[in-house]
Amino acid sequence: MVLKPLEIKENICWVGAIDWEERDFHNFEISRGATYNAYLIIDDKITLVDTVKTKFFHEMMERIRKLIDPSKIDYIVSNHVETDHSGSLANIKEIARDAVIVCTSKGKEGLCRHFDCKDWEFKIVKTWDKLKIGKRTLTFIEMPMLHWPDSMATYIKEDKFLLSNDAFGQHIASVERYDEELGVEEAVKWAKIYYANILMPFGELVKRKLDEIGELGIQIEMVAPSHGVIWKNPGRIIDAYKKWASFEVESKLVIVYDTMWNSTAIIARAIAEGAGSRGVKTRLFHVRKSAWSDIMTEFLDTKAIAIGAPTMHNTVFPTVAGFLAYMKGLKPKNKIGVAFGSYGWGGGAVKEINRTLEDLKFDIMEPLQIKYRPTEDELSSAFELGVKIAEKIKS
Amino acid sequence: MARYRCTICGYIYDEEEGNPENNIPLGTRFKDLPEDWVCPICGASKDAFEPSE
Repeated sequence: MVLKPLEIKENICWVGAIDWEERDFHNFEISRGATYNAYLIIDDKITLVDTVKTKFFHEMMERIRKLIDPSKIDYIVSNHVETDHSGSLANIKEIARDAVIVCTSKGKEGLCRHFDCKDWEFKIVKTWDKLKIGKRTLTFIEMPMLHWPDSMATYIKEDKFLLSNDAFGQHIASVERYDEELGVEEAVKWAKIYYANILMPFGELVKRKLDEIGELGIQIEMVAPSHGVIWKNPGRIIDAYKKWASFEVESKLVIVYDTMWNSTAIIARAIAEGAGSRGVKTRLFHVRKSAWSDIMTEFLDTKAIAIGAPTMHNTVFPTVAGFLAYMKGLKPKNKIGVAFGSYGWGGGAVKEINRTLEDLKFDIMEPLQIKYRPTEDELSSAFELGVKIAEKIKS
Repeated sequence: MARYRCTICGYIYDEEEGNPENNIPLGTRFKDLPEDWVCPICGASKDAFEPSE
């Protein structure tokens, strides 16, 4: 029984779970595992903010039991329905029988589609609703589609403490609980990976919500997300979010490809050489050998994206088709795009890649298609394409 | 000009503003939006919208 809670502020304790082994978060490769952060506020009304994935229920309970008798929990705030946070809700409700669940109306709808909640008591909240729990008053801030319809954040004015759920989160398992312990820039690096793979489509909403929170004039000294380390430097991560939400880009080209017999790979490398020769930062990813989460992180601040695929059975090579679907959902913006590939006879891959680039409203350049193995001249034209992309980036 | 709210995510379609990102010009009435137009934030279809303030 070694698992302990961690006091973050007086009577506000982290009671979450550390998932050291996980490497796959619904197909988002997480190379350093994850945490599910739950927080216990010990005031006149004992309040638990979020829970953990069901398989870690006992870990959370071990930490909670070192502080209080869990049957005495008065409120369970559910900032988000997704089961990495709500997963232990039914389990803890069996112990904390009188606990009232606090969430948005979409939260209740979502929770009741995951759990048998007919005997549960709910308190539905909207933005700026308050709940006095003793010395402290909780204020709720709805944030629909950051990143689900049910999402909200919880603010504690007395402690200047924002429980932001997935916002500002990072997937990293660690003994370190704070940004400074990990290294603030290191924490920002992991937060960027998270942002690129979870929040990228919602940039406009992120900007608007940050403005709204700014206008509310609330003071924030610490931000405690539901994943990863707690921010003692909230200004740093808020600044980063503003940049990412605006799709601020660098002079960069990211090339993503797959290859059947190496021809598309050779073309990809020639494009990379061309762009690199003009001083553009270039990254090259083989779609089957790279974590897609890493590719999307590079996409966040790249100016140009080149996607290459061979044609198989008249259609885009299926691994690239899968990647295109992943990319399309995340809606990267403010990009130059170009398709390329080697084909044997009918072609088809490049047209399909282009369709996705068009759907994303990229600034599209003329695609490059080469039959089977590129000749020296054709390799030069691939190099030239790299050069043209570089010039377009810089113009 | 009227406004319509997405009941899934809260996005407001303002007829005066249209939805230029998706080729819907300013001033397009909600009823004139193509049947396959979806909420630009969460993808909900037209029937998930209700009139708003």
